[in-house]
This record gives sequence, C-alpha cells and structure tokens, in this order.
Amino acid sequence: MSSIYLRRKIADKLALVLSLMAVVFGVSALLWILWTLFSNGLAALTLDFFTQSTPAPGTEGGGLANAIVGSILMVGLATLISTPVGILAGIYLAEYGDRSKFASMTRFVLDVMLSAPSIVVGLFVYALAVATLRHFSGWAGTLALALIAVPVIVRTTENMLRLVPGSLREAAFALGAPRWKVAIVVTLRAVRGGVVTGVLLALARITGETAPLLFTALNNQFFSLNMSGPMANLPVVIYNFAMSPYENWQSLAWGGAALIALVVLAINIAARVAFSDKVQA
Amino acid sequence: MGFGRFAEPTATDTMTLTANTTANPNSNPNSAGKDAIALAEQARRVAAFGMQDRLFKAVTFSFAALVMLALAGILASLLIKAWPSLEAFGLGFLVGTRWAPNEDVFGAVIAIYGTLVTSGIALAIAVPLSFGIAVFLTETCPTWLRQPLGTAIELLAGVPSIIFGFWGLFVFAPIFQEYVQPLLAATKLPLFSGPPLGIGILTASVILALMIIPFIASVMRDVFQTVPPVLKESAYGLGCTTWEVVRNIVLPYTRVGVVGGVMLGLGRALGETMAVTFVIGNANRLSASLFAPGNSIASTLANEFAEAAPGLHVSSLFALGLVLFLITFVVLAAAKWMIQSGERAAGSK
Repeated sequence: MSSIYLRRKIADKLALVLSLMAVVFGVSALLWILWTLFSNGLAALTLDFFTQSTPAPGTEGGGLANAIVGSILMVGLATLISTPVGILAGIYLAEYGDRSKFASMTRFVLDVMLSAPSIVVGLFVYALAVATLRHFSGWAGTLALALIAVPVIVRTTENMLRLVPGSLREAAFALGAPRWKVAIVVTLRAVRGGVVTGVLLALARITGETAPLLFTALNNQFFSLNMSGPMANLPVVIYNFAMSPYENWQSLAWGGAALIALVVLAINIAARVAFSDKVQA
Repeated sequence: MGFGRFAEPTATDTMTLTANTTANPNSNPNSAGKDAIALAEQARRVAAFGMQDRLFKAVTFSFAALVMLALAGILASLLIKAWPSLEAFGLGFLVGTRWAPNEDVFGAVIAIYGTLVTSGIALAIAVPLSFGIAVFLTETCPTWLRQPLGTAIELLAGVPSIIFGFWGLFVFAPIFQEYVQPLLAATKLPLFSGPPLGIGILTASVILALMIIPFIASVMRDVFQTVPPVLKESAYGLGCTTWEVVRNIVLPYTRVGVVGGVMLGLGRALGETMAVTFVIGNANRLSASLFAPGNSIASTLANEFAEAAPGLHVSSLFALGLVLFLITFVVLAAAKWMIQSGERAAGSK
C-alpha cells in the first residue's frame, strides 16, 4: 500500500475515533450529572420534603413545600399568560408575515430575546415592577418567566404553522371561511400537537430558570400564597441553600435539584417522544 | 385582490361570485325578490367576515408588536437605570479596574474580563467536542442509534443551568481540585499558578463548556444535514474517506452556518448566570492565573443585586447589565445573519 493511502486511512480512523470519544464524553457527562444528582437527591425526597416549609437557619428538618408551591404558581401562571400571547403572535408571523418588514424585524427580535441572558430580563422586570412598586412580588417573577417563555412559543408555533400546506388553507378559503376561522379552526388545529410541544418546551425552560427570579420574586422563608409579596421558589432556594454551611439545607438543596431535573427531563421527554413526528425545535 | 398565497376574499369579490352563480336565468319575477334577499343576506355575512378578519389581524399584530415593545422596554429600562452611573464614570466605567461598593468606585473590567475569559475558554473546549459529536451523529452513527443519541444530546441541552452549577460545585470542583489542578500546576505556567481551590475561572469555564456543548452540537448537526447527499455521495464515489468528505465537502459547504452556530453558543455562554455563579468564586479582583476566583458580569449581578445600596451601586449594576445585553445582542445578531446567509446558500429558505 502506498504511503499516501496509508496516511489517508490513518487520518480517517483517527478522526472517527476522536469523534466517537467526543460522543462518549458528552453522553457520560450527562449520565454522571444525572447519576450524582439522583443518588444524592432522591434520598432527600421524603414526605417531609413535600409538606414542610423551609427551615430557619440552624434548625433541623424542614422541607421545600413553600418553594414547590411557589414555583408551581409562578410557572403555571407564566405559562398561562405566555401561551395565548405566543400562539397569537406566532399566527400573525405565519399568516400575515410573509412579505412584511415588520414581521421580519419581529422575528429577529424574537431570536435575540430567545438567547438573551435571562438575568437581563430579570433586571428589566425589576425596573418595571419591583422598583416602581417598591417591593418584590410573585407577579414580577411571573412576568419575568412569561417574557422568557413567549419567544419559545412564538418560534415553535410559527414553524409549525409554516409546515401546513397551502392547499389546506386554500380549500378552507374556497369553502367560504373567513380568514380568522381558517387560521384557528383549520391551520392551528392541524398542528396542535406541535404547538403543544412548543408550550411544553417553554414550560420546561422556565421551570429551571433561576436568574430572572433572583430579584423579582426574591425568596420567602414561609409558606405564602400571596403573589404581591416575595414568593418562595425552588431555584432560588436551591441557590441559597447550596452555598450555605448547614447540613440539612444542603441535603434539601440536593433534593430540590433532583426534583427540578426530574420535572424538566420528564417534560422534555414527553414533548419529544409523544410528539416526535411533529417536533421542530 | 392579489394573487398571493393568502389572497383575502374581499367582500366585493365574493359578492360578484355569488351574484354570478345564483343569478338564475330561469327565475320568474316572483323568485327574483327572494334571490335579492338571499344576496343581501350573503353580502351582509361576507362584510361581517371582513370586519372579523380585520379585527383578527389587528389582535394578532398587537401581540406580535408586544414582543418588539418588550425588547425596546428592556433597552430603555437598562439605559434609564444605568444613567447615573454612566454619568458619574462615563466611558471610564468600561476601563475601570476597581469594583468597590463601599467606596462608590465602580469599574467594569473585572466583570467583563471574567465574562470574556470564561466564555472564550468554554468555547475553545466546546467547539472541537461539539464538532466531533456532530460529525459522529451525521456520518458514522448507525441508524438505529441516531435518533436516541440525538435526543440524549438535546436532553442535555435542556438541563437547567442551576443543575450544572450545583453539580459543578459539589461534585466537579472537589475532583477538579484533587486530580486535575495539581497536574496543571506542575507545568509551572503563570496561567496555572496559585492555590488549587477547585473553584475559579478555569472551573467555571469547564462547566460552561459542558453547558454549551449540546447546544452547539445540535446546531452543527442541523447545519451538516443541509448538505445535499449528492455532493457527499459523489465524493465517496471518488474514493474519499469519511474524514475527507467531512473536511473537504461538508465543512466548506456549511462553513458559515457552523460559525453562526458557534457564535450562538458564544452568546449563550456570555449570558449564562447560574452555572458560572456557583463555581467562579465571586472575587472582585483581577488575576493572571486561571486558578484564581473571579467574577463575570452575570455572577456579579446575581450576587450583589439583591442587597445593593440604592444609588451608584444599583446604577452601576444596571450599567453592567446594559454592557452584557449589548455584547450578547451584537454576537447574536452576527450569528443569526451568518446562519441565515448559510441557509440561503443551501437553498433551504
């Protein structure tokens, strides 16, 4: 065999081995993270964990009930607010946004906001809703999360709607339907699986977001359902407890992190597997 | 009336249509009145459709405009709140090397240095690894493994950053401190001098790299898949090895898209807060060593904002936020432009 041929073969094999090593590295990193998270955190998911509020510094026991409830409230409300906004904006971009300059500008802005640092969104909501009202609130946290979720939903909805063949729309028009009916009853319904996927992905994203909540909802040591005051939430509690010197706080932080990872992974898997033929992230 | 994909059926068009189709040449004068009523009814309904459609367009337009308003609001609020600090320090804010809240002296260099260095090193680690993963996924992966592996990489992309930071602090940092840092310190380079603390700029960079690898890998994979199979097959037909196809066909074809994907990852790394805050050490000083603790813009904001003294401190923090937003905006805009021109070249848009 000529030496050139040998060299080419070696280069090829080397490249493939390196790429395989990269994949093994990536997958094993994921497995390592999940393994340590669940082996340390699942032990902390006791009944107390779900029923008791965060303990005061130095006291024993306690749970993360107030943080879990606060997170559910804020994430749920944020999804409730952002879904109609996102879907309607997505409908506008897909149905009316073919040749409009405004639509292409909006798409650009959306992509920027999709990848913008979430802490900057937190700053904005702080300036808007906290500094003006002079207190932290669950509403501010909800607003910050909604601002992060909307670009995800808009982008998924628009991509899904663009997949609908023009002939479907034209058939509906030919039957005499008004445009809004075509958009909602025909086109949107055709891709409702994909749109639900988009909403689920946005939900998964904001469940784990910490930075925007750091100075909008702050944190609350006690159980509170009052959205106009500081609200306990899982990510900020984990952040505070992890950096603390208390043993029970740290184990609670492990449990909280494991819970968040479980929920986010479950939502992601559900979104991708259940709607696997309709996903276009 | 236009011939676009979504030609709106205007009231006049449909009226003419119905008039032509319902006009019955055999109708006697008695049913002409009924035809007129039916026509009028139809015209009224269609006119109502027109109004409903206009309302629908206005509603959806306003929601889309809300997004633009949000961005404008972000910029405006950052500028307004940062103004006192910008007024006090001017452009010297960007080159000031001291960050001392108790003396009201604020300079952004420490934070900007931390942000740029951690993102830069993270990118240097992540890009080759993501490239390897993308190449494997598109070229050598057996078909049955392709979908689950791709899903696994995307799941990794979805793990919240606080998990990475948390894991980094409790699991990775001790291991890093005990096994890796002494090895690096043995090279006696000033870059790796100082006590091996486990946390610091280098640890933060590695954790950040782990965070952005799945992101860049999936963008690269999507871009690699836009290469027409005909091109690759003709190269294989000429006897190229897999690596030669990747290097000489796939990469040049997707060069712009790949760079765009890398810059997207960079944009993500620049703004990453929680993964970095846990392990960067939160020290407001500059150091030549990568082992030293430092601060990034996002971690400064995360650590100091909630308790910042109103006045110059809060305003300087807002100024930092403004700097971060502008940096990521520029990087993201460039990335998007690159990816779009790459897709245009591929003919997929």
